[in-house]
Amino acid sequence: MKTQKETVSPKIRMTDVCKAFGNKKVLNHLNLDVYPGESLVVIGGSGTGKSVTIKCILGLLEPESGRVEIDGKNVLELSGKEREKVLSQFGMLFQNAALFDSLSVWENVAFSLIQNQHMNKAEARKIAIKKLAQVGLKSDVADVYPADLSGGMRKRVGLARAIATNPAVIFFDEPTTGLDPIMSDVINDLIKDTVKNLGATALTITHDMNSARKIADRIAMLYEGKIIWVGTVDELDKTTNPYVRQFVAGSAKGPIQMEVKVEK
Amino acid sequence: MQLDLSFVDKLGRVVLNFFRATGKLGIFCGQTVYHCVTPPFYLKAVLAQMIEIGFYSLPVVALTTLFSGMVIALQTYEAVSQFSAEGAVAMVVRVAVIRELAPVMAGLMVAGRIGAAMAAEIGTMRVTEQIDALSTLSTNPFKYLIAPRVLAGVVMLPILVLIGDVIGICGGYMIGVYKLDFNATTYLTNTWTYLKPMDIISSMTKAGVFGFIITLLGCYNGFQSQGGAQGVGRATTNAVVSSSILILIFNYILTEMLFNA
Repeated sequence: MKTQKETVSPKIRMTDVCKAFGNKKVLNHLNLDVYPGESLVVIGGSGTGKSVTIKCILGLLEPESGRVEIDGKNVLELSGKEREKVLSQFGMLFQNAALFDSLSVWENVAFSLIQNQHMNKAEARKIAIKKLAQVGLKSDVADVYPADLSGGMRKRVGLARAIATNPAVIFFDEPTTGLDPIMSDVINDLIKDTVKNLGATALTITHDMNSARKIADRIAMLYEGKIIWVGTVDELDKTTNPYVRQFVAGSAKGPIQMEVKVEK
Repeated sequence: MQLDLSFVDKLGRVVLNFFRATGKLGIFCGQTVYHCVTPPFYLKAVLAQMIEIGFYSLPVVALTTLFSGMVIALQTYEAVSQFSAEGAVAMVVRVAVIRELAPVMAGLMVAGRIGAAMAAEIGTMRVTEQIDALSTLSTNPFKYLIAPRVLAGVVMLPILVLIGDVIGICGGYMIGVYKLDFNATTYLTNTWTYLKPMDIISSMTKAGVFGFIITLLGCYNGFQSQGGAQGVGRATTNAVVSSSILILIFNYILTEMLFNA
């Protein structure tokens, strides 16, 4: 566990963030701190607002109220270019990798290097192949198109793209969803090693407890739009919080009631 | 006595939804224009879209304008022959093709081909989070996806229509000379002598506006799509229907402005 909380200011701080879609409040005065260099995993059931939390930090969604601070700056108050500059230190692995269909694997990985850093193509390709090697992919996949890759390979390419610019913060959206247990473990190891090697801050959202245990320095549980528990993996096993215990046990019985719509 | 206000309620919702949709489109349009004229410019993307819109749409535009010119020549002859006014055929073909048929037919054909493709492509990118991925890679989707398509549409539609004008006139010429036995020189003279700069200006203006409408609505509908494959399908249909209707409405408005003002 990181013991720097009292002395170090958070890399990311969300304060009283609210976000609703129509009448449905997804984030309800959410507060969350992510400290530099730590790997925080947010767990929670489907529809509890995990993806919305990440999208609010990334600027893909605009919260109705609250503050989202990166290095102490409220990104919601920054102008377009300042905001882009702050957000440029982020990398993101999407749930389904979100690779660009029209570009080859290496062009996907090198996208930001070519478009934003204006690197020449030969150099960008070299870096892309190096990043692919870091996630366990050989150079012969570089010229393949995403449609020809398996789910696990797509995730790896997505990870290579996320780390291509050596970001300070990496977000992982359900990194093991849709993968078999062995490939899930491979991806978990890759995420752990990559974050460690880059010295990056990582924020992962998942409902895969194996993944959470493996990746996390700290775990936070999101329920009804609020963080209801934060602790280390050891603390997770000892907690008496009935919501956390039910979620970790994967039990249908407990305080968390799933909404099941029955057609009449 | 209790008043039934459900009709008023429904009407209110329809009006609010209309203004909401119009406002969203207006904001999207404003953002698009802003990103079209401010750097950075993705010139390779613009060039790729110019080839897609211009080069690959050429066969369908050529065919529609060719047959439109031929039909206009036949119908005009049928209508004016009883007044011994065969000389009017060339002039009617010129006016009909250059001022109306070439821009409108090309617009509708490109709306079906390009508008649908843009809505489907951008819609798929939206529902598979590729547009979100662009943003996280510090690339503005408006600059990278929307602006190149709109710029290419505004540039290429006039070029396509100009080619369509020539092919349409050729269609009329073929019918006039080879089927109706008009004198070739007289036909061409009747076409060129009465050709006014305003004919070309109106044709190009309409084409540019139609190019903007087609690409804007293709991108807008794709960008707003949600809900997976069904949402992408709906976006594609909306893109074609809305741009086709707007092309016809703006054709009338531009004709009024250019010729009756």
